[in-house]
Amino acid sequence: MNSNPTDLTLHEWSDLIQKREVSSTDVVRSLLARIQEKESKIHAYIRFDEKAALEKAGHLDNIPTESRKGILWGLPISNKDIICVKGVETTCASKILSGYIPPYNATVVEKLNGAGAILFGNTNMDEFAMGSSTETSAYGVTRNPWDLERIPGGSSGGSAAAVAAGEAIAALGTDTGGSIRQPAALSGCVGLKPTYGRVSRYGLIAFASSLDQIGPITQDVEDTALILQVIAGHDPKDSTSLDIPVPDYRSTMKKGVKGLKIGLPKEYFIEGMDVEVKQSIDDAVKVLSGLGAEFVSCQLPHTNYAVATYYILATAQASSNLARYDGVQYGFRAKQFSSLVDLYFQTRGEGFGEEVKRRIILGTYALSSGYYDAYYLKAQKVRTLIKNDFDKVFDHCDAVLTPTSPSCAFKIGEKMNDPLKMYLSDIFTISANLAGIPGISIPCGFSKEGLPIGLQILGKHFDEATILKVAYAFEQATEFHKKRPDVRRAEGSKL
Amino acid sequence: MNVQKNIDDVAKLARLRLSAVERDKFSRQLEDILSYVENLNELKTEGVLPSYHVQEVKNVTRPDESRPSLDPNSFLKHAPQARDGFFIVPQVIE
Repeated sequence: MNSNPTDLTLHEWSDLIQKREVSSTDVVRSLLARIQEKESKIHAYIRFDEKAALEKAGHLDNIPTESRKGILWGLPISNKDIICVKGVETTCASKILSGYIPPYNATVVEKLNGAGAILFGNTNMDEFAMGSSTETSAYGVTRNPWDLERIPGGSSGGSAAAVAAGEAIAALGTDTGGSIRQPAALSGCVGLKPTYGRVSRYGLIAFASSLDQIGPITQDVEDTALILQVIAGHDPKDSTSLDIPVPDYRSTMKKGVKGLKIGLPKEYFIEGMDVEVKQSIDDAVKVLSGLGAEFVSCQLPHTNYAVATYYILATAQASSNLARYDGVQYGFRAKQFSSLVDLYFQTRGEGFGEEVKRRIILGTYALSSGYYDAYYLKAQKVRTLIKNDFDKVFDHCDAVLTPTSPSCAFKIGEKMNDPLKMYLSDIFTISANLAGIPGISIPCGFSKEGLPIGLQILGKHFDEATILKVAYAFEQATEFHKKRPDVRRAEGSKL
Repeated sequence: MNVQKNIDDVAKLARLRLSAVERDKFSRQLEDILSYVENLNELKTEGVLPSYHVQEVKNVTRPDESRPSLDPNSFLKHAPQARDGFFIVPQVIE
């Protein structure tokens, strides 16, 4: 056992619960103690319910060992505030959804409950997942546990910060353009975006429906495999999910990288990239080569067009999806209005934050009469070209390796007045969403200032097993995932 | 392209009340973003099919059989205003 019991991973806690050395109630209590100590500094959560979590843990503890089913038995997993949990207020960190209490569970929540997990608390995020820094939340910023003056990444910044600070053992995130991988990289966690269609989106509040995916943010690769195992698979309630067999990730990932061919796309190693990031990636390539992986240079020639393509498609789909927030059926309604149409205008004007409004405007513009062909249709065609680039690379490569983010975590406020600059911070992650392929970010180094650096591994459609294999091999050979931020250590602790 | 002129039309289409400050700020920023996305025009895309779904899934249907629904009251409970099984909105018919 580690010196500090709250530093344990899901699989370590699980072993102890199965051996009856600790109870689920012990796990939840230790988590609550950590939150009590750190939350005022980090602000990773929008809300959590101590009483409900302890009650559920107590209930699970009372079930006899032989009746226990599920690989996440008794383990609390934190939820991003965009995934519906029945009876728990879910707001997408937006004023417009304040008071919305879902009457049903998302499919991933049903599956996690079925595996014996305890859905614990809703983490902070950029409003409607629109942002790369968790600064657009209506509930205030989340701070990076490695440096409280910096952002934790976004949009799943609350989930990543919670895991990094020990305020969550593991968490769910969602990734539309990098919103799992980028915060995982900037906060020193592991984060995986599954293939589009791998995990059901039923009960995930939609941002950009052709790009959104739910995935885990965890302390190590094994925990990511554990959660993916539970949430992956076809769901008749999501017509975009596919019926493709789910392998046993935890056993396949341990088979080593010998003979795997990994592509290094030259378009991702550009001038202007942070030198420390570049150095860490070069070092990682050496580590994996030493383990028997073969590296080849490859080309993704349309990379330079990905950000523009993404911001047209994502905002257009968002403008359509967010049309449902009109103050009639749920959430916030403006106090002053003169007619039904005015009720829509006032409710939306007051209920949405600035970034969401900016994207609704851009998306509406891209879809409006006379501009549709020039923007939306054009972007959909370029999306095909980007997807074709990856298909060609995967003809002769098993995986692709890149940095997750061109720089380490930036300062709070640094990019808030320049949306384009903020959008460009997603440059290495959005292509995977456009192509629909899976990607994982794992810790691969630290800057001189002590900020985490992330390594991204991209794979073929539905081949999460191979990227987990590469990630696991790298993690086993290195110690980066074991380093903890100072804020995580107990104040006045003798440890 | 004159974004200043268009922004009011777009906001109207989106049913979005913008403050004067937002209107000016968004106009400027949209001009920047739109000129950035112009780079897509460098690419020739004649004959390229648009991507609708990356997996090329089409027309997924389920059997047309009735199934139980959630209790309507579970939805109406959290509505801004509701009565007798209905949502309440301002009068729309004189």
